[in-house]
Amino acid sequence: MTSEAREIVHDQHEHPGARFYLTIGAILIFFTVLEILAYVGETKNMYGPGAAAIIILALSAVKFLAVVMYYMHLKFDHKLFTGIFVFPAALGILVIGSMIILFHGLHGTATYYHGTASSNEAVHGAATTPSGNPEAPTTPPADGGH
Amino acid sequence: MTTHALDGHEHVHGMPADTSTGLDSRKMAFWGFIGSECLLFGSLIATYMAYKGNSLNGPYPHDTVINGQHHEGILNIPLTSFSTFILLMSSVAMVMGLHFVQRGERNRATLWLFLTAFFGSIFLGCQVFEFTHFYHEGLTLKSNLFGSTFYVLTGFHGAHVTVGVVYLLTLTWMSHRGRLPPRKALNVEIAGLYWHFVDVIWIVIFPLVYLVR
Repeated sequence: MTSEAREIVHDQHEHPGARFYLTIGAILIFFTVLEILAYVGETKNMYGPGAAAIIILALSAVKFLAVVMYYMHLKFDHKLFTGIFVFPAALGILVIGSMIILFHGLHGTATYYHGTASSNEAVHGAATTPSGNPEAPTTPPADGGH
Repeated sequence: MTTHALDGHEHVHGMPADTSTGLDSRKMAFWGFIGSECLLFGSLIATYMAYKGNSLNGPYPHDTVINGQHHEGILNIPLTSFSTFILLMSSVAMVMGLHFVQRGERNRATLWLFLTAFFGSIFLGCQVFEFTHFYHEGLTLKSNLFGSTFYVLTGFHGAHVTVGVVYLLTLTWMSHRGRLPPRKALNVEIAGLYWHFVDVIWIVIFPLVYLVR
């Protein structure tokens, strides 16, 4: 490749300047503050935990995309890099979503904090000592775990 | 050389890549590595989310009322918000470091790379403080499901940050010694990919573990 050709390529893919990167940084900080405010709003019962979760996750999704597109340069790079990243990332997100649906949506045991302790017992039954091993600790432990 | 092949040289700045794709093999390999890391952290986050809220005994992450009894949450949101802010700042410093390496401004590049590593070290310090505090509060790997999944997930992330800090300090030293001219900017760009990925993972962990109840 000649030096002229390199120069042309370099000009075609010029990265943004320092001011642009600082602006993205300021946006990331601003969105993080909004996330924390959404959490504080929930603790003060300004809205329900479901609404807070949606707001917080939407904000974090924007932050995720901003870093990947601009700081990791996927927006300016060859599309093959985008493909190499997006497919495993999508698979990871799919696994996370599937586990949440399986354990929290269909199985319904994840109400321990949000409801009462009996939610677990309603699904699994009362805690018992394993019949095959009487010495094994109960679940929960008889002394409350301490 | 074809137009497609030319596209692959966008960050090489003068170093031709004679590969079948026209893209630099190191960068290609590193994106593949990042893809595999997505699956690793995806499985860890999925495990945390699956068991979230299912601990049968404390300490609990958030304030909890069980059978009329109030249990105070163990998570320190102000501290973690601060460390999140610091990690985001380190990402800004990283991209600035790369910017100045590409422009050949050695002193500025060294300063920003050092700041990136410094911010990463502060984040690690916050995590060590948090883990120590939790241990004294009775939260261990064996305490409950929250302890097991929390320590494994955030511990793996912390280990990645530690590797990143060492990586960045090495680059800082090389930049200081004048061994990172613009034609070697790809070395810093690959380190930046790693560091930004660590930041991206924290962008996912912070809301899911700390903010969403």
